[in-house]
Amino acid sequence: MSTQASRTAARLMISPAVLLLLGWMIIPLGMTLWFSLQRYNLLMPGMESFTGFDNYTYFLTDPAFGAAIFNTLALVLGVLTITTVGGLLLALLLDQPFWGQGVVRVLVIAPFFVMPTVSALVWKNMFMNPVNGVFAHLAKSVGLQPYDFLSQSPLASIVLIVSWQWLPFATLILLTALQSLDSEQLEAAEMDGAGPISRFVHVMLPHLARAITVVVLIQTIFLLSTFAEILVTTNGGPGTASTTLTYLVYIQSLLQYDVGTGAAGGIIAVILANIVAIFLMRMIGKNLEA
Amino acid sequence: MGEIILKGVTKRFGEVEVIPPIDLHINDGEFVVFVGPSGCGKSTLLRLIAGLEDVSGGVVEIDGRNATEAAPAERGLAMVFQSYALYPHMTVKKNIAFPLKMAKLPPEEIEAKVQAAAKVLNLANYLDRRPGQLSGGQRQRVAIGRAIVRNPEAFLFDEPLSNLDAALRVNMRLEISELHQSLKTTMIYVTHDQVEAMTMADKIVVLQAGRIEQVGSPLELYRTPRNRFVAGFIGSPKMNFIEGAEAAKHGAHAIGIRPEHIKVSTSEGAWQGTVGVSEHLGSDTFLHVTTEYGVLNVRAGGEVDLHHGDTVFLSPDMAQLHRFDQQGWALT
Ligand SMILES: Nc1ncnc2c1ncn2[C@@H]1O[C@H](COP(=O)(O)OP(=O)(O)O)[C@@H](O)[C@H]1O
Ligand SMILES: [Mg+2]
Repeated sequence: MSTQASRTAARLMISPAVLLLLGWMIIPLGMTLWFSLQRYNLLMPGMESFTGFDNYTYFLTDPAFGAAIFNTLALVLGVLTITTVGGLLLALLLDQPFWGQGVVRVLVIAPFFVMPTVSALVWKNMFMNPVNGVFAHLAKSVGLQPYDFLSQSPLASIVLIVSWQWLPFATLILLTALQSLDSEQLEAAEMDGAGPISRFVHVMLPHLARAITVVVLIQTIFLLSTFAEILVTTNGGPGTASTTLTYLVYIQSLLQYDVGTGAAGGIIAVILANIVAIFLMRMIGKNLEA
Repeated sequence: MGEIILKGVTKRFGEVEVIPPIDLHINDGEFVVFVGPSGCGKSTLLRLIAGLEDVSGGVVEIDGRNATEAAPAERGLAMVFQSYALYPHMTVKKNIAFPLKMAKLPPEEIEAKVQAAAKVLNLANYLDRRPGQLSGGQRQRVAIGRAIVRNPEAFLFDEPLSNLDAALRVNMRLEISELHQSLKTTMIYVTHDQVEAMTMADKIVVLQAGRIEQVGSPLELYRTPRNRFVAGFIGSPKMNFIEGAEAAKHGAHAIGIRPEHIKVSTSEGAWQGTVGVSEHLGSDTFLHVTTEYGVLNVRAGGEVDLHHGDTVFLSPDMAQLHRFDQQGWALT
């Protein structure tokens, strides 16, 4: 198929796209690196100067930094756990033949089409609000004190909201994978004396390994940058109870106008994201090999 | 041991009756072949016996026990699927060991049984490979290995050779027959290929549209087909049928004569015709001769030197003539 000439031609033809993408990535990264080494505060224009690694020191010694790291990990791990386990269960359920299957499948995907800001606002005002929310009404109807989700357990509430958004993605990917499983394999396992749980563990789960890996990798990348849901619900509070790394960068650059420290935080976030990515690929990346 | 009895077994998918009530007796140790054209319900019947489908009516008895409601695993049967249905993420060894592991046998016993099966099936060198790294014939053997380690009452095969090339198919056919000789376990084998049926079976069950057309040994079916369908289905090349005046001479609606029961001569004979296509196989020559009764298949000797356009005379062996009535039933 591929001769020397055709390979050269192929490389030539994709090179503009590659160069464009490279520039797209390198320029913002380069600018962020540059800003992170500058003393650059929007409240003091014209005072920019080179400060070396001071910005990094400020960011790393910020009292909110430790909390932000913990919250970021808790958010990512919490959402990952809920969406993969929940997605797996939902996929198993949706794979069963039942009346109205088509409609139910569309409904399950629906949350994915709602903008993060909108869904977070709906959760905040219509469900979790301690006065008007549905949960408050439910609690009152059985004589309980309404629970103020967003101030009592802000991080868990955000995990819940973000999970609700990502559950359809996980369900969809796992359902397609489940449907690609050869039914004869399940029947063979049934004849071999495997009960429902053994069939799930020994036949379905290995078949789903690759899909689960994809779900975990893609979600991790997106979850590390969760922002809108925090901004419209808790603003990172109370205190730093729901401040993540992304949100801390936002606080530094746009609430304290310190672009330099914000940029340093951005670089630190990139490095941490890469560490997580390498870690993940080491752990589960082998599932992606054919 | 492996005696299977079907009493009035029926299967409907919604409104469609795929299997009308069927009665069948399969003796212990018998090699039974279900044969019939595609879509006639062979797989469905096998799956009813296996318990992978629920019967719509009737009773399945295995070893004198009513197994109609029993789960597949409780029936003591092992099945080899058309797609082999190996577990792709497990090694050959784990695949074969899987039913034993599910039966919670001790590891040493599992190991011993797997090694024994691997030896019988020539798989000893492949135990650590995955199914994806095996050829079609080897995968087939792994599937059989997974079936034999369980010591089942009966083996069920659903078109196990249809994914193999012609040469391998002949080999595997022999291996399965030999396996039956040595294990002496009941085997039910589904195929659409009448050659497989004729060569392997103790008893052939010919199916059409879910109905049993005839049950008998290969030679019984060959010699005394009960109707036109069986007569045309069993035997290769196909039996020739002639209707009209020529058939009326024999007091039948249609007469049938097998290609191997027609004598060819260039000088004299009952029917005159022109050679259309001649297929020279070396051992045999298959002639397609255009006559006034239509195209007749004739099997002549390997050395016959006849070609397109030659005029030939055909004489049927009257003792081997089959006669059929209006409804297609054989007249005796
Ligand atoms: N699950 C099913 N639902 C509806 N119809 C089916 C199902 N399985 C098989 N059939 C129908 O039953 C008939 C027999 O099928 P099958 O037993 O697979 O035939 P064979 O194995 O002889 O080729 C076919 O007409 C097929 O369409
Ligand atoms: Mg079939």
